[in-house]
Amino acid sequence: MELFGDFFKQLYDTSGWNFVIFYDQVEWDRFIAAIWTTIKLIIACLIFSVVVGFAGAWAQGAKSRIIRYGMAGYIQFFRNTPPFVQILFFYFVLGNLTPSYDAGGYQEAYIGSFGWAVISLGFFAGAFNTEIFRSGIEAVPESTVEAASSLGYTRLQSYIYVVFPLAFRVCLPALNNNLVNLLKTTTLAYGIAVPEMMYTANQIWSDNVNVPEMMIVLFLFYVGLVAILVWVMHRWEKSMKIPGYG
Amino acid sequence: MASPGKKANGWTPKQPMVSIKDLHKSFGDLEVLKGVSLEVMKGECICIIGPSGSGKSTLIRCVNALNDIQKGSIKVEGLEVNDPNLDKLELRKKVGMVFQQYNLFPHKTAIENIMMAPITVLKQDKDEVAKHAKSLVRKVRLEGKEDSYPGELSGGQQQRVAIARALAMNPDVMLFDEVTAALDPETVKEVLVTIQELAEEGMTCILVTHEMGFAKEVADHIYFTDRGVIVEHGPPKTFFKKAKDPRTKEFLSQIL
Ligand SMILES: Nc1ncnc2c1ncn2[C@@H]1O[C@H](COP(=O)(O)OP(=O)(O)OP(=O)(O)O)[C@@H](O)[C@H]1O
Ligand SMILES: [Mg+2]
Repeated sequence: MELFGDFFKQLYDTSGWNFVIFYDQVEWDRFIAAIWTTIKLIIACLIFSVVVGFAGAWAQGAKSRIIRYGMAGYIQFFRNTPPFVQILFFYFVLGNLTPSYDAGGYQEAYIGSFGWAVISLGFFAGAFNTEIFRSGIEAVPESTVEAASSLGYTRLQSYIYVVFPLAFRVCLPALNNNLVNLLKTTTLAYGIAVPEMMYTANQIWSDNVNVPEMMIVLFLFYVGLVAILVWVMHRWEKSMKIPGYG
Repeated sequence: MASPGKKANGWTPKQPMVSIKDLHKSFGDLEVLKGVSLEVMKGECICIIGPSGSGKSTLIRCVNALNDIQKGSIKVEGLEVNDPNLDKLELRKKVGMVFQQYNLFPHKTAIENIMMAPITVLKQDKDEVAKHAKSLVRKVRLEGKEDSYPGELSGGQQQRVAIARALAMNPDVMLFDEVTAALDPETVKEVLVTIQELAEEGMTCILVTHEMGFAKEVADHIYFTDRGVIVEHGPPKTFFKKAKDPRTKEFLSQIL
Protein backbone atom coordinates (compact mmCIF):
# COMPACT_ATOMS: atom_id res chain seq x y z
CA MET A 1 0.00 0.00 0.00
CA GLU A 2 2.84 2.28 0.95
CA LEU A 3 4.65 1.52 -2.30
CA PHE A 4 1.46 1.87 -4.26
CA GLY A 5 0.78 5.30 -2.73
CA ASP A 6 4.38 6.37 -3.25
CA PHE A 7 4.16 5.48 -6.92
CA PHE A 8 1.12 7.71 -7.48
CA LYS A 9 2.61 10.50 -5.38
CA GLN A 10 5.73 10.26 -7.53
CA LEU A 11 3.62 10.23 -10.67
CA TYR A 12 1.91 13.42 -9.57
CA ASP A 13 5.18 15.14 -8.74
CA THR A 14 6.86 14.20 -11.99
CA SER A 15 4.04 14.26 -14.58
CA GLY A 16 1.19 16.20 -12.98
CA TRP A 17 -1.28 13.27 -13.21
CA ASN A 18 -3.09 13.52 -9.92
CA PHE A 19 -4.60 10.21 -8.85
CA VAL A 20 -5.18 11.66 -5.43
CA ILE A 21 -7.38 8.78 -4.28
CA PHE A 22 -4.41 6.42 -4.34
CA TYR A 23 -2.10 8.33 -2.02
CA ASP A 24 -4.29 10.55 0.12
CA GLN A 25 -5.90 8.64 3.00
CA VAL A 26 -9.00 10.88 3.19
CA GLU A 27 -9.72 10.65 -0.53
CA TRP A 28 -8.97 6.93 -0.49
CA ASP A 29 -11.55 6.36 2.25
CA ARG A 30 -14.08 8.37 0.28
CA PHE A 31 -13.34 6.29 -2.79
CA ILE A 32 -13.72 2.98 -0.96
CA ALA A 33 -16.98 4.12 0.61
CA ALA A 34 -18.22 5.05 -2.85
CA ILE A 35 -17.35 1.60 -4.16
CA TRP A 36 -19.48 -0.03 -1.50
CA THR A 37 -22.35 2.37 -1.95
CA THR A 38 -22.27 1.78 -5.69
CA ILE A 39 -22.23 -1.98 -5.34
CA LYS A 40 -25.05 -1.90 -2.80
CA LEU A 41 -27.02 0.43 -5.03
CA ILE A 42 -26.52 -1.77 -8.07
CA ILE A 43 -27.44 -4.99 -6.29
CA ALA A 44 -30.54 -3.42 -4.74
CA CYS A 45 -31.64 -1.96 -8.10
CA LEU A 46 -31.01 -5.24 -9.94
CA ILE A 47 -33.01 -7.26 -7.45
CA PHE A 48 -35.82 -4.74 -7.21
CA SER A 49 -36.09 -4.37 -10.99
CA VAL A 50 -36.24 -8.13 -11.48
CA VAL A 51 -38.93 -8.44 -8.81
CA VAL A 52 -40.87 -5.62 -10.46
CA GLY A 53 -40.43 -7.36 -13.80
CA PHE A 54 -41.79 -10.63 -12.46
CA ALA A 55 -44.74 -9.01 -10.79
CA GLY A 56 -45.38 -6.84 -13.83
CA ALA A 57 -45.33 -9.73 -16.26
CA TRP A 58 -47.69 -11.57 -13.95
CA ALA A 59 -50.02 -8.58 -13.69
CA GLN A 60 -50.07 -8.15 -17.46
CA GLY A 61 -51.78 -11.50 -17.73
CA ALA A 62 -54.31 -10.65 -15.03
CA LYS A 63 -58.01 -11.02 -15.64
CA SER A 64 -58.80 -7.55 -14.34
CA ARG A 65 -58.79 -4.95 -17.07
CA ILE A 66 -57.91 -2.21 -14.60
CA ILE A 67 -54.72 -3.99 -13.62
CA ARG A 68 -53.77 -4.59 -17.25
CA TYR A 69 -54.36 -0.95 -18.23
CA GLY A 70 -52.50 0.16 -15.14
CA MET A 71 -49.53 -1.94 -16.20
CA ALA A 72 -49.60 -0.59 -19.73
CA GLY A 73 -49.63 2.96 -18.35
CA TYR A 74 -46.76 2.20 -16.00
CA ILE A 75 -44.65 0.76 -18.80
CA GLN A 76 -45.35 3.62 -21.19
CA PHE A 77 -44.53 6.19 -18.51
CA PHE A 78 -41.21 4.69 -17.55
CA ARG A 79 -40.12 3.77 -21.05
CA ASN A 80 -40.88 7.13 -22.58
CA THR A 81 -39.55 9.57 -20.01
CA PRO A 82 -35.91 10.20 -19.09
CA PRO A 83 -34.73 8.18 -16.10
CA PHE A 84 -32.98 11.24 -14.75
CA VAL A 85 -36.24 13.15 -14.62
CA GLN A 86 -37.87 10.13 -12.98
CA ILE A 87 -35.28 9.97 -10.26
CA LEU A 88 -35.61 13.69 -9.52
CA PHE A 89 -39.38 13.36 -9.51
CA PHE A 90 -39.31 10.46 -7.08
CA TYR A 91 -36.93 12.16 -4.70
CA PHE A 92 -38.20 15.73 -4.73
CA VAL A 93 -41.92 15.20 -5.34
CA LEU A 94 -42.78 11.82 -3.85
CA GLY A 95 -40.08 12.21 -1.22
CA ASN A 96 -41.86 15.29 0.08
CA LEU A 97 -45.15 13.49 0.31
CA THR A 98 -43.89 10.51 2.26
CA PRO A 99 -43.75 10.52 6.04
CA SER A 100 -40.70 11.54 8.02
CA TYR A 101 -39.78 11.19 11.66
CA ASP A 102 -38.22 13.49 14.22
CA ALA A 103 -34.52 12.72 14.35
CA GLY A 104 -33.57 14.95 17.25
CA GLY A 105 -34.52 18.45 16.17
CA TYR A 106 -34.89 17.94 12.43
CA GLN A 107 -37.16 15.86 10.22
CA GLU A 108 -35.62 12.78 8.67
CA ALA A 109 -37.46 11.00 5.86
CA TYR A 110 -38.08 7.29 6.23
CA ILE A 111 -36.92 6.82 2.69
CA GLY A 112 -33.65 8.59 2.01
CA SER A 113 -31.97 9.40 -1.28
CA PHE A 114 -30.53 5.88 -1.53
CA GLY A 115 -33.98 4.39 -1.08
CA TRP A 116 -35.52 6.67 -3.68
CA ALA A 117 -32.76 5.88 -6.14
CA VAL A 118 -33.45 2.15 -5.74
CA ILE A 119 -37.18 2.65 -6.08
CA SER A 120 -37.09 4.88 -9.12
CA LEU A 121 -34.34 3.01 -10.97
CA GLY A 122 -35.94 -0.28 -10.02
CA PHE A 123 -39.24 0.80 -11.51
CA PHE A 124 -37.45 2.22 -14.54
CA ALA A 125 -35.58 -0.98 -15.35
CA GLY A 126 -38.54 -3.00 -14.09
CA ALA A 127 -40.69 -1.58 -16.90
CA PHE A 128 -38.24 -3.02 -19.41
CA ASN A 129 -37.93 -6.26 -17.47
CA THR A 130 -41.71 -6.59 -17.56
CA GLU A 131 -41.67 -6.45 -21.33
CA ILE A 132 -38.72 -8.83 -21.50
CA PHE A 133 -40.35 -11.37 -19.20
CA ARG A 134 -43.63 -11.06 -21.03
CA SER A 135 -41.99 -11.89 -24.34
CA GLY A 136 -40.40 -14.89 -22.63
CA ILE A 137 -43.74 -15.99 -21.23
CA GLU A 138 -45.31 -15.70 -24.64
CA ALA A 139 -42.62 -18.00 -25.98
CA VAL A 140 -43.76 -20.79 -23.65
CA PRO A 141 -46.17 -22.94 -25.64
CA GLU A 142 -49.78 -22.80 -24.54
CA SER A 143 -49.83 -26.59 -24.68
CA THR A 144 -47.20 -26.83 -21.94
CA VAL A 145 -49.32 -24.59 -19.72
CA GLU A 146 -52.34 -26.77 -20.50
CA ALA A 147 -50.41 -29.83 -19.46
CA ALA A 148 -49.73 -28.15 -16.14
CA SER A 149 -53.34 -27.17 -15.61
CA SER A 150 -54.53 -30.63 -16.52
CA LEU A 151 -52.27 -31.85 -13.69
CA GLY A 152 -54.14 -29.59 -11.32
CA TYR A 153 -51.72 -26.66 -11.20
CA THR A 154 -53.33 -23.35 -10.41
CA ARG A 155 -52.37 -20.40 -12.58
CA LEU A 156 -49.89 -19.23 -9.97
CA GLN A 157 -48.37 -22.69 -9.54
CA SER A 158 -47.96 -23.20 -13.27
CA TYR A 159 -46.26 -19.81 -13.48
CA ILE A 160 -43.88 -20.60 -10.68
CA TYR A 161 -42.98 -24.14 -11.65
CA VAL A 162 -43.33 -24.18 -15.41
CA VAL A 163 -43.82 -20.87 -17.16
CA PHE A 164 -41.23 -18.71 -15.40
CA PRO A 165 -38.42 -21.28 -15.44
CA LEU A 166 -38.89 -21.73 -19.19
CA ALA A 167 -39.56 -18.09 -19.98
CA PHE A 168 -36.56 -17.04 -17.94
CA ARG A 169 -34.22 -19.08 -20.08
CA VAL A 170 -35.64 -17.58 -23.23
CA CYS A 171 -35.23 -14.02 -22.05
CA LEU A 172 -31.91 -14.22 -20.23
CA PRO A 173 -29.94 -12.60 -23.09
CA ALA A 174 -32.36 -9.64 -23.22
CA LEU A 175 -32.43 -9.44 -19.43
CA ASN A 176 -28.66 -9.49 -19.39
CA ASN A 177 -28.65 -6.49 -21.70
CA ASN A 178 -31.14 -4.53 -19.65
CA LEU A 179 -29.34 -5.20 -16.39
CA VAL A 180 -26.07 -3.95 -17.86
CA ASN A 181 -27.96 -0.81 -18.86
CA LEU A 182 -29.37 -0.50 -15.37
CA LEU A 183 -25.92 -0.85 -13.86
CA LYS A 184 -24.74 2.10 -15.94
CA THR A 185 -27.88 4.10 -15.21
CA THR A 186 -27.29 3.93 -11.46
CA THR A 187 -24.82 6.82 -11.99
CA LEU A 188 -27.88 9.06 -12.26
CA ALA A 189 -28.31 8.66 -8.51
CA TYR A 190 -25.67 11.37 -8.19
CA GLY A 191 -28.49 13.78 -9.08
CA ILE A 192 -30.07 13.24 -5.68
CA ALA A 193 -26.75 13.08 -3.85
CA VAL A 194 -26.47 9.34 -3.27
CA PRO A 195 -22.77 9.05 -2.41
CA GLU A 196 -22.07 6.49 -5.12
CA MET A 197 -19.11 6.53 -7.48
CA MET A 198 -20.28 9.20 -9.89
CA TYR A 199 -21.19 11.58 -7.10
CA THR A 200 -17.99 10.92 -5.19
CA ALA A 201 -15.82 11.31 -8.26
CA ASN A 202 -17.50 14.63 -8.87
CA GLN A 203 -16.70 15.73 -5.33
CA ILE A 204 -13.14 14.55 -5.57
CA TRP A 205 -12.45 16.36 -8.81
CA SER A 206 -14.09 19.50 -7.47
CA ASP A 207 -11.75 19.44 -4.48
CA ASN A 208 -8.61 18.44 -6.37
CA VAL A 209 -9.16 19.74 -9.88
CA ASN A 210 -8.25 16.39 -11.42
CA VAL A 211 -11.15 15.79 -13.79
CA PRO A 212 -9.31 13.73 -16.43
CA GLU A 213 -7.77 11.44 -13.83
CA MET A 214 -11.07 10.80 -12.10
CA MET A 215 -12.75 10.25 -15.46
CA ILE A 216 -10.25 7.50 -16.20
CA VAL A 217 -10.94 5.96 -12.81
CA LEU A 218 -14.68 6.16 -13.46
CA PHE A 219 -14.46 4.48 -16.84
CA LEU A 220 -12.24 1.69 -15.57
CA PHE A 221 -14.44 1.19 -12.52
CA TYR A 222 -17.61 0.77 -14.56
CA VAL A 223 -15.93 -1.36 -17.21
CA GLY A 224 -14.86 -3.64 -14.39
CA LEU A 225 -18.34 -3.78 -12.87
CA VAL A 226 -20.00 -4.48 -16.21
CA ALA A 227 -17.46 -7.21 -16.90
CA ILE A 228 -18.28 -8.86 -13.58
CA LEU A 229 -22.03 -8.65 -14.16
CA VAL A 230 -21.74 -10.05 -17.69
CA TRP A 231 -19.56 -12.87 -16.45
CA VAL A 232 -22.00 -13.77 -13.70
CA MET A 233 -24.94 -13.64 -16.10
CA HIS A 234 -23.18 -15.87 -18.60
CA ARG A 235 -22.30 -18.38 -15.95
CA TRP A 236 -25.92 -18.35 -14.90
CA GLU A 237 -27.14 -18.76 -18.45
CA LYS A 238 -24.83 -21.71 -18.91
CA SER A 239 -25.83 -23.39 -15.68
CA MET A 240 -29.49 -23.15 -16.66
CA LYS A 241 -29.03 -24.70 -20.04
CA ILE A 242 -31.27 -27.73 -20.48
CA PRO A 243 -29.79 -30.75 -22.21
CA GLY A 244 -31.53 -31.35 -25.52
CA TYR A 245 -33.51 -28.12 -25.41
CA GLY A 246 -33.21 -24.85 -27.30
CA MET B 1 -54.87 -47.61 -9.95
CA ALA B 2 -58.36 -46.27 -9.52
CA SER B 3 -59.18 -45.92 -5.89
CA PRO B 4 -62.48 -47.75 -5.43
CA GLY B 5 -63.26 -46.05 -2.16
CA LYS B 6 -63.43 -42.58 -3.73
CA LYS B 7 -66.99 -41.42 -3.67
CA ALA B 8 -67.71 -37.85 -4.53
CA ASN B 9 -71.09 -36.25 -4.73
CA GLY B 10 -72.85 -39.48 -3.94
CA TRP B 11 -71.39 -41.24 -6.92
CA THR B 12 -71.33 -45.03 -6.80
CA PRO B 13 -69.47 -47.43 -9.10
CA LYS B 14 -72.77 -48.58 -10.53
CA GLN B 15 -73.26 -45.22 -12.19
CA PRO B 16 -71.25 -44.15 -15.23
CA MET B 17 -67.80 -42.84 -14.33
CA VAL B 18 -68.09 -40.25 -17.05
CA SER B 19 -71.44 -39.19 -18.34
CA ILE B 20 -71.84 -36.63 -21.09
CA LYS B 21 -75.31 -35.38 -21.96
CA ASP B 22 -76.29 -33.22 -24.90
CA LEU B 23 -72.95 -31.43 -24.98
CA HIS B 24 -72.77 -28.29 -27.12
CA LYS B 25 -69.52 -26.45 -27.69
CA SER B 26 -68.81 -23.49 -29.94
CA PHE B 27 -65.74 -21.48 -30.75
CA GLY B 28 -67.30 -18.13 -31.50
CA ASP B 29 -69.81 -18.75 -34.25
CA LEU B 30 -68.41 -22.15 -35.09
CA GLU B 31 -70.39 -24.88 -33.40
CA VAL B 32 -67.99 -27.76 -33.02
CA LEU B 33 -70.01 -30.12 -30.84
CA LYS B 34 -73.72 -30.29 -31.53
CA GLY B 35 -75.28 -32.38 -28.84
CA VAL B 36 -72.94 -35.21 -27.90
CA SER B 37 -73.93 -37.80 -25.33
CA LEU B 38 -71.95 -40.75 -24.12
CA GLU B 39 -71.28 -42.77 -21.00
CA VAL B 40 -68.23 -44.56 -19.71
CA MET B 41 -68.49 -47.08 -16.92
CA LYS B 42 -65.75 -47.66 -14.40
CA GLY B 43 -63.00 -49.81 -15.87
CA GLU B 44 -64.25 -49.32 -19.39
CA CYS B 45 -62.11 -48.20 -22.28
CA ILE B 46 -63.79 -46.31 -25.06
CA CYS B 47 -62.31 -45.13 -28.32
CA ILE B 48 -63.45 -42.09 -30.25
CA ILE B 49 -62.71 -42.15 -33.94
CA GLY B 50 -63.68 -39.87 -36.76
CA PRO B 51 -62.37 -37.60 -39.48
CA SER B 52 -60.11 -34.66 -38.79
CA GLY B 53 -61.96 -31.63 -37.50
CA SER B 54 -64.95 -33.61 -36.33
CA GLY B 55 -64.45 -32.40 -32.75
CA LYS B 56 -62.75 -35.36 -31.08
CA SER B 57 -60.09 -33.33 -29.34
CA THR B 58 -62.60 -30.69 -28.36
CA LEU B 59 -64.83 -33.34 -26.81
CA ILE B 60 -62.12 -34.93 -24.73
CA ARG B 61 -60.72 -31.55 -23.66
CA CYS B 62 -64.16 -30.59 -22.38
CA VAL B 63 -64.06 -33.56 -20.02
CA ASN B 64 -61.28 -32.05 -17.94
CA ALA B 65 -62.41 -28.46 -18.41
CA LEU B 66 -59.62 -27.37 -20.74
CA ASN B 67 -62.48 -26.13 -22.90
CA ASP B 68 -65.55 -24.52 -21.46
CA ILE B 69 -68.92 -25.60 -22.81
CA GLN B 70 -72.04 -23.75 -23.80
CA LYS B 71 -74.74 -26.27 -23.10
CA GLY B 72 -75.23 -29.71 -21.68
CA SER B 73 -73.69 -31.61 -18.84
CA ILE B 74 -70.50 -33.53 -18.21
CA LYS B 75 -70.26 -35.53 -15.03
CA VAL B 76 -67.10 -37.18 -13.82
CA GLU B 77 -67.84 -39.38 -10.82
CA GLY B 78 -70.81 -37.19 -10.09
CA LEU B 79 -68.82 -33.97 -10.34
CA GLU B 80 -70.51 -31.55 -12.73
CA VAL B 81 -67.86 -30.08 -15.02
CA ASN B 82 -70.22 -27.44 -16.40
CA ASP B 83 -70.69 -25.88 -12.99
CA PRO B 84 -69.45 -22.30 -12.77
CA ASN B 85 -68.26 -23.02 -9.24
CA LEU B 86 -66.46 -26.17 -10.30
CA ASP B 87 -63.46 -27.01 -8.13
CA LYS B 88 -61.02 -27.60 -10.97
CA LEU B 89 -58.46 -29.22 -8.73
CA GLU B 90 -61.05 -31.76 -7.60
CA LEU B 91 -61.78 -32.56 -11.26
CA ARG B 92 -58.15 -32.78 -12.28
CA LYS B 93 -57.35 -35.12 -9.44
CA LYS B 94 -59.85 -37.52 -11.00
CA VAL B 95 -58.88 -37.02 -14.63
CA GLY B 96 -55.44 -37.57 -16.16
CA MET B 97 -54.67 -36.41 -19.65
CA VAL B 98 -52.06 -37.31 -22.24
CA PHE B 99 -51.54 -35.13 -25.29
CA GLN B 100 -50.47 -35.73 -28.86
CA GLN B 101 -47.38 -33.56 -28.45
CA TYR B 102 -46.43 -35.05 -25.02
CA ASN B 103 -46.16 -31.54 -23.52
CA LEU B 104 -43.58 -32.56 -20.97
CA PHE B 105 -41.84 -29.91 -18.91
CA PRO B 106 -38.58 -29.60 -20.85
CA HIS B 107 -36.61 -28.16 -17.93
CA LYS B 108 -37.24 -31.16 -15.70
CA THR B 109 -35.90 -34.68 -15.95
CA ALA B 110 -38.19 -37.59 -16.64
CA ILE B 111 -38.50 -38.50 -12.98
CA GLU B 112 -39.02 -34.86 -11.97
CA ASN B 113 -41.77 -34.55 -14.56
CA ILE B 114 -43.49 -37.47 -12.91
CA MET B 115 -42.96 -36.27 -9.34
CA MET B 116 -43.70 -32.56 -9.69
CA ALA B 117 -47.48 -32.50 -9.62
CA PRO B 118 -48.02 -34.87 -6.68
CA ILE B 119 -45.57 -32.79 -4.65
CA THR B 120 -46.69 -29.29 -5.60
CA VAL B 121 -50.36 -29.90 -6.27
CA LEU B 122 -51.27 -32.73 -3.91
CA LYS B 123 -48.60 -31.83 -1.30
CA GLN B 124 -47.73 -35.47 -0.93
CA ASP B 125 -44.69 -36.64 0.96
CA LYS B 126 -41.58 -36.54 -1.23
CA ASP B 127 -40.34 -40.00 -0.35
CA GLU B 128 -43.73 -41.54 -0.99
CA VAL B 129 -43.94 -39.76 -4.33
CA ALA B 130 -40.44 -40.92 -5.24
CA LYS B 131 -41.39 -44.51 -4.50
CA HIS B 132 -44.55 -44.23 -6.54
CA ALA B 133 -42.68 -42.56 -9.40
CA LYS B 134 -40.16 -45.35 -9.43
CA SER B 135 -42.85 -47.96 -9.82
CA LEU B 136 -44.43 -45.92 -12.59
CA VAL B 137 -41.11 -45.72 -14.40
CA ARG B 138 -40.98 -49.47 -14.26
CA LYS B 139 -44.54 -49.74 -15.46
CA VAL B 140 -43.87 -47.65 -18.57
CA ARG B 141 -40.51 -49.39 -19.04
CA LEU B 142 -38.24 -46.41 -18.73
CA GLU B 143 -35.74 -47.75 -16.23
CA GLY B 144 -32.43 -46.01 -16.76
CA LYS B 145 -34.01 -42.95 -18.31
CA GLU B 146 -35.11 -41.34 -15.05
CA ASP B 147 -32.54 -38.59 -15.17
CA SER B 148 -32.80 -37.79 -18.86
CA TYR B 149 -34.38 -34.55 -19.94
CA PRO B 150 -37.30 -34.74 -22.38
CA GLY B 151 -35.06 -33.33 -25.11
CA GLU B 152 -32.84 -36.37 -24.71
CA LEU B 153 -35.65 -38.89 -25.12
CA SER B 154 -37.31 -40.29 -28.22
CA GLY B 155 -40.91 -39.43 -28.95
CA GLY B 156 -42.14 -42.77 -27.69
CA GLN B 157 -40.14 -42.44 -24.50
CA GLN B 158 -41.42 -38.93 -23.94
CA GLN B 159 -44.98 -40.08 -24.41
CA ARG B 160 -44.48 -42.82 -21.87
CA VAL B 161 -43.11 -40.28 -19.41
CA ALA B 162 -46.23 -38.23 -20.08
CA ILE B 163 -48.40 -41.25 -19.29
CA ALA B 164 -46.49 -41.91 -16.08
CA ARG B 165 -46.77 -38.22 -15.16
CA ALA B 166 -50.54 -38.37 -15.50
CA LEU B 167 -50.71 -41.64 -13.56
CA ALA B 168 -48.68 -40.19 -10.72
CA MET B 169 -51.76 -38.19 -9.75
CA ASN B 170 -53.69 -41.43 -9.24
CA PRO B 171 -56.50 -40.46 -11.59
CA ASP B 172 -59.68 -42.45 -11.96
CA VAL B 173 -60.06 -41.68 -15.65
CA MET B 174 -57.38 -41.25 -18.29
CA LEU B 175 -57.86 -39.22 -21.45
CA PHE B 176 -55.63 -39.89 -24.44
CA ASP B 177 -55.78 -37.55 -27.41
CA GLU B 178 -54.12 -39.15 -30.42
CA VAL B 179 -51.12 -39.92 -28.31
CA THR B 180 -49.39 -41.90 -31.03
CA ALA B 181 -50.09 -39.55 -33.91
CA ALA B 182 -46.74 -37.77 -33.62
CA LEU B 183 -44.72 -40.97 -33.36
CA ASP B 184 -42.98 -42.98 -36.02
CA PRO B 185 -44.47 -46.40 -36.68
CA GLU B 186 -41.88 -48.36 -34.70
CA THR B 187 -42.45 -46.42 -31.51
CA VAL B 188 -46.22 -46.35 -31.78
CA LYS B 189 -46.32 -49.89 -30.51
CA GLU B 190 -44.44 -49.33 -27.28
CA VAL B 191 -46.87 -46.60 -26.31
CA LEU B 192 -49.92 -48.63 -27.30
CA VAL B 193 -48.70 -51.56 -25.22
CA THR B 194 -48.47 -49.29 -22.20
CA ILE B 195 -52.01 -48.04 -22.72
CA GLN B 196 -53.32 -51.54 -23.32
CA GLU B 197 -51.81 -52.74 -20.06
CA LEU B 198 -53.45 -49.85 -18.27
CA ALA B 199 -56.82 -50.66 -19.76
CA GLU B 200 -56.43 -54.30 -18.82
CA GLU B 201 -55.63 -53.33 -15.24
CA GLY B 202 -59.02 -51.68 -15.12
CA MET B 203 -58.20 -48.03 -15.68
CA THR B 204 -61.12 -46.14 -17.15
CA CYS B 205 -59.86 -44.76 -20.46
CA ILE B 206 -61.17 -42.42 -23.11
CA LEU B 207 -59.02 -42.55 -26.21
CA VAL B 208 -59.05 -40.58 -29.38
CA THR B 209 -57.14 -42.61 -31.89
CA HIS B 210 -56.53 -43.37 -35.52
CA GLU B 211 -55.14 -46.80 -34.71
CA MET B 212 -58.06 -48.97 -35.74
CA GLY B 213 -56.35 -52.25 -34.97
CA PHE B 214 -55.67 -51.03 -31.48
CA ALA B 215 -59.21 -49.74 -31.03
CA LYS B 216 -60.58 -53.08 -32.12
CA GLU B 217 -58.47 -54.92 -29.60
CA VAL B 218 -58.66 -52.66 -26.57
CA ALA B 219 -61.91 -50.75 -26.72
CA ASP B 220 -65.07 -51.87 -24.98
CA HIS B 221 -66.99 -49.39 -27.03
CA ILE B 222 -66.30 -47.32 -30.11
CA TYR B 223 -67.78 -43.96 -30.95
CA PHE B 224 -67.64 -42.49 -34.42
CA THR B 225 -67.92 -38.71 -34.61
CA ASP B 226 -68.47 -36.56 -37.64
CA ARG B 227 -69.10 -32.83 -37.78
CA GLY B 228 -69.81 -32.50 -34.11
CA VAL B 229 -72.18 -35.39 -33.58
CA ILE B 230 -71.81 -39.04 -32.71
CA VAL B 231 -72.94 -40.78 -35.86
CA GLU B 232 -72.69 -44.33 -34.70
CA HIS B 233 -71.35 -46.33 -31.80
CA GLY B 234 -71.12 -49.87 -30.56
CA PRO B 235 -68.78 -52.56 -29.30
CA PRO B 236 -65.89 -53.14 -31.72
CA LYS B 237 -67.20 -56.40 -33.08
CA THR B 238 -70.45 -55.01 -34.36
CA PHE B 239 -69.05 -51.57 -35.05
CA PHE B 240 -66.40 -52.62 -37.52
CA LYS B 241 -68.44 -55.35 -39.20
CA LYS B 242 -71.89 -53.93 -39.27
CA ALA B 243 -71.54 -50.18 -39.54
CA LYS B 244 -74.78 -48.84 -40.93
CA ASP B 245 -74.28 -45.16 -41.46
CA PRO B 246 -72.78 -44.28 -44.86
CA ARG B 247 -70.43 -41.76 -43.25
CA THR B 248 -69.02 -44.43 -40.96
CA LYS B 249 -68.68 -46.85 -43.81
CA GLU B 250 -66.84 -44.36 -45.92
CA PHE B 251 -64.49 -43.43 -43.09
CA LEU B 252 -63.76 -47.07 -42.29
CA SER B 253 -63.19 -47.97 -45.91
CA GLN B 254 -60.61 -45.22 -46.16
CA ILE B 255 -58.78 -46.05 -43.01
CA LEU B 256 -58.86 -49.84 -42.86
N1 LIG C 1 -59.28 -23.04 -29.89
C1 LIG C 1 -60.03 -23.09 -31.00
N2 LIG C 1 -60.55 -21.97 -31.53
C2 LIG C 1 -61.32 -22.01 -32.64
N3 LIG C 1 -61.64 -23.14 -33.29
C3 LIG C 1 -61.15 -24.29 -32.81
C4 LIG C 1 -60.33 -24.33 -31.64
N4 LIG C 1 -60.01 -25.62 -31.40
C5 LIG C 1 -60.60 -26.34 -32.37
N5 LIG C 1 -61.28 -25.56 -33.22
C6 LIG C 1 -62.08 -26.01 -34.38
O1 LIG C 1 -62.96 -26.99 -33.92
C7 LIG C 1 -63.09 -28.03 -34.88
C8 LIG C 1 -62.83 -29.35 -34.21
O2 LIG C 1 -61.49 -29.41 -33.82
P1 LIG C 1 -60.88 -30.66 -33.07
O3 LIG C 1 -59.47 -30.32 -32.75
O4 LIG C 1 -61.74 -31.02 -31.95
O5 LIG C 1 -60.94 -31.77 -34.17
P2 LIG C 1 -60.37 -33.26 -34.13
O6 LIG C 1 -61.51 -34.15 -34.39
O7 LIG C 1 -59.61 -33.48 -32.91
O8 LIG C 1 -59.42 -33.28 -35.39
P3 LIG C 1 -58.00 -34.00 -35.57
O9 LIG C 1 -58.28 -35.42 -35.91
O10 LIG C 1 -57.41 -33.28 -36.74
O11 LIG C 1 -57.23 -33.81 -34.34
C9 LIG C 1 -62.14 -27.69 -36.02
O12 LIG C 1 -62.91 -27.14 -37.06
C10 LIG C 1 -61.22 -26.67 -35.43
O13 LIG C 1 -60.82 -25.77 -36.41
MG1 LIG D 1 -57.52 -33.73 -32.43
